This record gives sequence, structure tokens and C-alpha cells, in this order.
Amino acid sequence: MSPAATSVAITGLGVAAPNGLGTEDYWAATRVGKSGIGPVSRFRTDGYPATLAGEVPGFEAADHLPSRLLPQTDHMTRLALAAADWALADADVDPSARDGFDMGVITAASSGGFEFGQNELRKLWSQGSQHVSAYQSFAWFYAVNSGQISIRNNMKGPSGVLVADGAGGLDALAQARRAIRKGTGLVLSGAVDASICPWGWAAMLTSGRLSTRDRPERAFLPFDRDASGHVPGEGGALLVLEDTKAARRRGAHVYGTLDGCASTFDAAPSRDGTGGLERAIRIALADADATPAVVDVVFADAAAVPELDRAEADALRAVFGERGVPVTAPKTMTGRLYSGAAPLDVATTLLAMAEGIIPPTVHSRPDPGYGLDLVTGEPRTAEVRCALVLARGHGGFNSAAVLRAAD
Amino acid sequence: MSASFTLDDLKRILLEGAGAAEGVDLDGDILDTSFTDLGYESLALLETGSRIEREWAITLDDSALTDAATPRGLIGIVNRHITAAAA
Repeated sequence: MSPAATSVAITGLGVAAPNGLGTEDYWAATRVGKSGIGPVSRFRTDGYPATLAGEVPGFEAADHLPSRLLPQTDHMTRLALAAADWALADADVDPSARDGFDMGVITAASSGGFEFGQNELRKLWSQGSQHVSAYQSFAWFYAVNSGQISIRNNMKGPSGVLVADGAGGLDALAQARRAIRKGTGLVLSGAVDASICPWGWAAMLTSGRLSTRDRPERAFLPFDRDASGHVPGEGGALLVLEDTKAARRRGAHVYGTLDGCASTFDAAPSRDGTGGLERAIRIALADADATPAVVDVVFADAAAVPELDRAEADALRAVFGERGVPVTAPKTMTGRLYSGAAPLDVATTLLAMAEGIIPPTVHSRPDPGYGLDLVTGEPRTAEVRCALVLARGHGGFNSAAVLRAAD
Repeated sequence: MSASFTLDDLKRILLEGAGAAEGVDLDGDILDTSFTDLGYESLALLETGSRIEREWAITLDDSALTDAATPRGLIGIVNRHITAAAA
């Protein structure tokens, strides 16, 4: 981070993950390697090639949201609204006591409210247009989480949505940091994606990257010789970001600071479209004024597609050297959460810093040929002062973020 | 379905289609309370109108919902449509 730039702190976490609803349950599971991947329960997968998912357990929307919001929200928005409430409470922020124009909402999304949209399209074709909910006008839309969080909490400052598949989750945090550096006092940022429904499933299958294995412990194996694609999941995290000095002045708990951000885009393979991830890592480190040597852990994108694992391992070896830094992928316990994955990894990073452990990558037996020091099986005790989080999106998106522990 | 549209019908349809705002008691004396004060914005009223049209097999004018500022106003408009449809 250049000395002139405003330091941006993360002061609140709200988590909805397949292996735990709420930060406490999520971290209790993640720190010991407990997976939340299992057979899809939200719809019948007969006839579909992929049958496993990471589904958020125990979420009863009516327990968390007023009835006014239930008819107008998709599952992903309900999760996002609850996670936003938890993040604000965790940051000890009462939005009603603050200037609405000094608070923004910047989230990422990969799909939108697909389950809601599917139900309304079904009504359109089977019953007619009179039966389609008026709320279809926005409930399916990928910007809807930002909008609903903004309305619920009267947050009227700089707001928007970033769409870059998985990389979007870090791009949203980078945009939030930009808004704070331009003077906005607080930004709620991150992402929750959830489209485990037939329409969402059909869309995800088109990537060709979904694992078709049916044993949860053998389905999502990044950096393993047996890697065969990923298991999709739902959920993510929302974070409260603030000017670090202002956060300290109000006596907020500072989890850590977002010191480096970078995004790059790969050209087409025919134009030698490689190397974008390494560039993103180097730019993010430079932005954080950090050398590779000070990075204590890398949270990998962990695609579990052999050529993508190879590209990520190549980038990490190029920057850090052979087995030069501990690497982990707690997303092996949740499945890939699309935009939600990277904000959840950032939350996990901050929890790892607080406890002094690196949560493990589960089930994978790393191929030694990748030259990675992958933390597997058990959590590893380690002082985590500086961490790198990576996220890629389908089509060439690469993003990287560098976080430092609070002083 | 009764012959006329009542406050109970409206309350049920509001709850099904749009829920109730926190701090608002639909069982209170709401006949002359504005929909805005009851926490329903234009989209909630659009959804409410759509459900009334389906259930009572009537067609409301586009302006009916925006003109009816209160439950009493909307109930009157709906009943006039029901009477006209039956005539």
C-alpha cells in the first residue's frame, strides 16, 4: 500500500456457508476440515450428470427477515440480507444511526435469483402472465442483493454490483475500497450466490467444469491427479469495510486491512492468453507494498480442472518459488460458491489470522508435480500476518487481494 | 368467494402477495390509512391488484391502484368492478 493511500479495514463479517450458517458455525467447521458437500436436496437431480452440492444448512428465511421481504426475494437474496445484518451487527454498526449517504453497498453476483425466476417463468408458460409475480421485475436480477441490502439498511452511498464470475467477489471488495478512499465512510461488500435449482444447474453445467462424481469425498479435488471439476455450492460472505483510522476512532474491532487489490484479464488462448493470474498476484503485492516473502498463506482459487490447477500452480511457483508458501483451499469443504467464494475466503483469512491457524484443504492429495505446499488433512498452526486470496472467473478473469492482520 | 370484496379479502391478499411491514398491524383500524403508511409501495400494490384480478376474474384499470390511496378506496373500486361484471 502506498503511504498516501487510505488504509481500509474490515470490521464486520457475515457468513452463510454450506458447512456453517453464521461465522461461528462456519469457523468451527472450517478450522477442523468439516465439509458441507452432499447430495443436492433442493431439487431432484435424476437425469442430471452432476448430483452433489454445498447447500447452506438450517436457514429459515422467516426467522431472519420480515414477512414484507419474503414474497419479493429469491433464496440468494434472503441469505444475503441475513448475512448483511450479521456483518453490521458484528461491526457494531447501527445503520439507522448513521448518514445514509455515507454508507454504500457493493456486491458481486454470478447469476441472480434463478430459483425465483424459474418459478415465475413456469407460471408464465403454464398459467399465463396474470400469474407472474410483480416482483419478478427485480427479484431475479443480479443487482438485487445490493438493492435489497441498500433499501433495508438505508444505505444510499456509492453502490453497485460487479459481475466477473468468481473473480467478481474480489472485484467488489476492490471497488468498495475505492469508494472508501473517495470518502464514503462505510461500505458493505462481498457476495452471496445461490442458484441450486434446475435452471441454475442447467446454466452451471454448460461450463463443462462440474464434477459428475457422486461420492462427496472424491468429487472436488483441486491440485490432485484425480481432479475432475468442481462441486457447486451456495452462500458467501458480506463484510463491513471502513477507513481504518475512522474505525479505530469509533472503537471498532479491526479484523484486518485490505492492502492490495488487482484484477487482470486473459487474452484468448490463440493469442497466448496466459499469465494473467501471475500478473494479478504481482500487482496486488505491489499495491500492498508487500514482497512474496512476507506472505504467510495463499487461499487458492482451486478450480480442480487440471489445466486450471496447472496454471494456478505455475503462477504461485513463479512468484513464491517451489513450495515457497503454504497454500490452502477451504472451499473444498463448501464447493465453489461462484462470486461468494472469494469474500468467504477473505472472511476465512481474517479468522485464520485471529486464531493463528491455516484451515486445511480436504480430500485432495496434491500432485507433487505442482510444487505446492498444500495444507491438507489437518489445520496447520501458523502466525498469519499477511495473506493472499485468489479468485478466477470463467472466460479469463483473474483477481487477487492481499490482507494484513490488524496491528 | 363472497359476492363482495371485503377488508378481510384485501388483508389476506396483501399478506399473501406482499407480507406486512414491521410495526404495522393489519388487524387495526386501517381502512383510511394510506397504503404508503402501511408500508406498501407501488410494486406491492401492482402485485395485490394482479392477485385480486385473478381471484375475482375482473380487470382493473391501470390507474385504479394508483388512484386508490387507501384500503377503503381500493375496496370500493374492486366492488364496482365486481358489480359491473355481474350486471
